[in-house]
Amino acid sequence: MENVIVVENLTAAYGDNVILRNVSFQVKREKIFAIVGGSGCGKSTLLKYLIGLLRPAEGRVIVDGIDMATADDETINACRRKFGVLFQSGGLIGSMTLAENIALPLKEAGRFPHPFFTHLIRAKLGMVNLTGYDNHYPAELSGGMKKRAGLARALALDPAILFFDEPTAGLDPVTAREIYDLISIINEGMKTTMVIVTHDLELIFRLAHEVILLHSEEKGIIARGTPKELESFAQDGRVQAFFQRKLP
Amino acid sequence: MSGRYVIAFRMRTLSVSGELLIADVPSFMREVEDLIARQNITSLRIDLSELRRVDSAGALSFVHLEEEMRKKSVDITITGLSEDVRRVFNLVDRTAIHLPPLHEAERRASIFEAMGNLCLKMAHDFYTILTFVGELIICLPYCLFHPRSLRWGDILLNMRRTGADALPIVGLLSLLIGLIMAFMSSLQLRQLGANIYVASLVGIAIVKELGPMMTAIIVAGRSGSAFAAEIGTMIVNEEVDALTTMGFHPIRFLVVPKIIATSIVVPLLTLYAMMFGIIGGLLVGMIGLDITLTTYLRESFRGVELWDVITSLIKALTFALLIASIGCHRGFQVTGGAEAVGEATTSAVVTSIFLIIAADAAFAVLLHYIG
Repeated sequence: MENVIVVENLTAAYGDNVILRNVSFQVKREKIFAIVGGSGCGKSTLLKYLIGLLRPAEGRVIVDGIDMATADDETINACRRKFGVLFQSGGLIGSMTLAENIALPLKEAGRFPHPFFTHLIRAKLGMVNLTGYDNHYPAELSGGMKKRAGLARALALDPAILFFDEPTAGLDPVTAREIYDLISIINEGMKTTMVIVTHDLELIFRLAHEVILLHSEEKGIIARGTPKELESFAQDGRVQAFFQRKLP
Repeated sequence: MSGRYVIAFRMRTLSVSGELLIADVPSFMREVEDLIARQNITSLRIDLSELRRVDSAGALSFVHLEEEMRKKSVDITITGLSEDVRRVFNLVDRTAIHLPPLHEAERRASIFEAMGNLCLKMAHDFYTILTFVGELIICLPYCLFHPRSLRWGDILLNMRRTGADALPIVGLLSLLIGLIMAFMSSLQLRQLGANIYVASLVGIAIVKELGPMMTAIIVAGRSGSAFAAEIGTMIVNEEVDALTTMGFHPIRFLVVPKIIATSIVVPLLTLYAMMFGIIGGLLVGMIGLDITLTTYLRESFRGVELWDVITSLIKALTFALLIASIGCHRGFQVTGGAEAVGEATTSAVVTSIFLIIAADAAFAVLLHYIG
């Protein structure tokens, strides 16, 4: 299967502080790829490189054929329209209602007939169980609702690639399972490629097709494979410690 | 064919094949509506057996079409959904389509309602300010009698930010104001041969009115807004809640150091502004009006008495209390996110400047009667 994201020898650093060194991996189209690891291991930094918020100084990051190191801003922006991002805190714009937040990317996508445009916004909110919250502002929502609204906005354009930064952090188990189901339906039904940064073992074992484990001391990947492979056959004690935590 | 989908219409059956994704939806909907409008049908079957892939916008376009046809009393059925396509259809929330339009809930208030709401808001604002001042009145004496409870480091930091960091802008603006006043008044007084009165005019205006007021307005713009933004951001980030749960009194912890720092530096800044205002006038006097340094200073101080300086410093202290309290109060009023912090900042500056001018007017009347 074709690789939709290719990372080759990526080195990430803030000044002299190296976060990741020579990281390489590929994400296959239509698969769910999880990036896991302890706090401070560079997961969120890696995600910033994948979504083009940071440009690689060393190594290459190629997303859907676009080299994020050498492409101009216009090309990267065109590439970004193909993907959606769910940020850890939702990333909603506080001065806009939920409907306006979701309408923002939709208005860029094309001229939809008027009642259909409203239905489209509502359908996105309905997908994340926020029907009726169109006119609410983010400040009026709980943390879990903000995250679901952020997901609705990430899904607005039915993107080919979805990036998630801790999609279930801070959610109650019921809402978290709703998110698992939603991710599964979107992946299988719409063939969306997904990259998920998470600590959530249940999510990894339920959904991920492939996982990489980052480690802060190694400043890179210490294990890769399917969740079952890493749970059952890993020899490294650090990998065993991570994947053999007791599931709830 | 348009995009990646293919439409065929035969025997009251609309067949859609290929892929229907969000980018194709507007053209797909137009084509289908045109196609159906040309037929006179009472029933329609939509065959999706050849539809390989659909996203949620594509699925919604069929649900939307279904609703539109039902409104026209056309009997409609959708058939041939593959398992993957059916899963995407199940994602579409059909109840959402029947909800009222998005902005219907936002009814425009009449002028009387708007005025009533404004009055209520002002009354509530007045009440919260009174409550805040009440808390301050309790906290300030406590801190004065328990000096160890004060965060002296924070007071010094606020003195630097509010006072020392403002020295260049206060000095420059005061110099320019003194310069402009002297220049404009000299144009008139020169015609009467009364150049010498420029010195006392500038001195009196700067010492009695412009020095304290301009300093207060600059401090309100620089520091009052900063207090509101700092406390507002702390509220948004739940830092104030954290302080409260750790047993700290938010007013004592956050507000009192700012009030003490501002009360010390604003009178000092006012003296500094007076000095630069007089220097501005002096430059015009010496360069443009041929008045000597000693004559200019003697004339300046002839019009200004020690009592004027004292009352100006009392005004400066009052302005300082207003600026710091309003800035902090607006910060505590923040609810919500970044936008509310911006509103609080604007409100802190506007309210402070209004109250500075109102207090100055009150002082003018009061000092007139005191003599």
